[in-house]
Amino acid sequence: MIQPLHIVEKIGSRGLYWLDSFGDYVRFLGRICFWVLRGPGRFARSQLVVQMFEIGTLSIPVVVITGAFIGAVLAIEAYTQFEAIGLASRLGSVINISVVKQIGPVLTAVMLAGRVGGALTAELGTMRVTEQLDALRTMASDPIRTLAVPRFMACIIMMPVLTICSDWTGAIGGWATSVHLLHVNAADYWIYATTSLDLYTVNTGLIKSVFFGAVIASVACYKGFNCGSGAQGVGKACTEAFVLSFVAILIMNFFIALLLNSIYLILWPGVGSIFG
Amino acid sequence: MTSPLRPTSTRLAAADATASAADAWPLEHVALHGPDTHTHNQPVIRLVNIHKRFGSLVVLDGLNLTIRRQESVVVLGPSGTGKSVLLKHIVGLLRPDQGEVWFHDERVDNRKERELEPIRKRIGFLFQMGALFDSMNVGDNIAFPLREQGVKDEKAIQHAVADKLAMVGLEGMQTKMPGELSGGQKKRVALARAIALDPEIMLYDEPTTGLDPIRADVINELILKLNEQLKVTSVVVTHDMNSAFKVADRLVMLMDGKVVAEGTAEQFRNSTDPNVQRFVQGRASEEDLRALKRLK
Repeated sequence: MIQPLHIVEKIGSRGLYWLDSFGDYVRFLGRICFWVLRGPGRFARSQLVVQMFEIGTLSIPVVVITGAFIGAVLAIEAYTQFEAIGLASRLGSVINISVVKQIGPVLTAVMLAGRVGGALTAELGTMRVTEQLDALRTMASDPIRTLAVPRFMACIIMMPVLTICSDWTGAIGGWATSVHLLHVNAADYWIYATTSLDLYTVNTGLIKSVFFGAVIASVACYKGFNCGSGAQGVGKACTEAFVLSFVAILIMNFFIALLLNSIYLILWPGVGSIFG
Repeated sequence: MTSPLRPTSTRLAAADATASAADAWPLEHVALHGPDTHTHNQPVIRLVNIHKRFGSLVVLDGLNLTIRRQESVVVLGPSGTGKSVLLKHIVGLLRPDQGEVWFHDERVDNRKERELEPIRKRIGFLFQMGALFDSMNVGDNIAFPLREQGVKDEKAIQHAVADKLAMVGLEGMQTKMPGELSGGQKKRVALARAIALDPEIMLYDEPTTGLDPIRADVINELILKLNEQLKVTSVVVTHDMNSAFKVADRLVMLMDGKVVAEGTAEQFRNSTDPNVQRFVQGRASEEDLRALKRLK
């Protein structure tokens, strides 16, 4: 029979473990930021371009395809509702705002967490298991500076670029579906699409993407650096890295959206409705 | 001529473990290195009363060990007795739960990671599986520590790489990737990388494991050659008795996280200690044999 005290003890010890791990992660992130600000060194700088290619350039096809289809699906789902209240001409507004502000950055981040986060954790985890991280330390080289910093910087730089790709193809996908499949008036579509999108809205998505890039890279590197032994340890670390990044992206998205919307309303009170 | 193998447990229980460990080693043995006995007697590494546990598993339990300049010490012991853990304490990859690690006259176990860097530059570490960086070719692997230490002259780096590769007998292999190398070649490249900064101490973690006897002997010869040419102090962790007898000035046996015996190769061969004899001859214990019979 399970004793209530035993359950409390279990919850308590689990909570302490999580708190300890979170503290450890924050210290890890702090050391990354320290090296970013101080200058990562010659080797890390030479790795930055390689990582930008691996993380950014190679992710473009998947981000472009998913972005286009999300824009298209949004058009299909929204059209029925907007048509019912006679506002089908405003589809461009809702699709573009949704894509640029929310779906574009979040979807790009989730795709990157899956494609790049997992790969980073697996690569660094394998390096840990095969003692390559220890080898770096014995050569008086900090593995965080040498390995984590270029990956972190590449993610932060490339995430906004990928988000722009996703936004762009999302808008194209929404337009193509609305105008060519659902026969929404093309002129109306673009008028509302362009008038509802301002620079602040575009920047909202890009600001988010920088934070998402930071969390994906730091969580992936942290999990890789601290993975258990053997293939099982690496596999488990990859899964944990993806799940943690995914959850962190969604939570961060909520708080950043809250913050940026509040700032928007302070700067431009009364503006912001697509039906205005 | 040879004194009987000295069990160390009584000695290590003495109050001043460092001093007693230093006193215990016969001077004539150290003098084998050459006439400068004063310099050669200087301790370069001292592990004092080291305790280390991982969870509930006690790995090192009050270990004491002193290693002197230009000495070649081989650490023996059954699997899981903390031989590799011992090596990692020397270079600061692991910190003791209790006890002290000294490098020359400096205590290093309580130093921060960045404060350890100057010491690490003076120590070369050969990992069991080589730990070569997969993404770099052989030349870049060996050049890595030089570039990391700020050497900018690419000509000098390439010269040093060629020099180190020649020392391990792998001339012209700069452009090969680690995946294209055999096990023995990987170890030799790793050795070339470990000596890139001309260390004063070399730590070898099972350097001949996984190699055939001929390639294992090549590694042994390389260790001897480096001791001779670079005048390094060597600490070799191994299970391989042929290798141990070939490269050791002094052998140290670990069991249950402590040093249980130490002496010369000759002393180990003639030891009457059953644990040492079993290990030297590679014989299973009576207890193990009984367990196997029960399985039948």
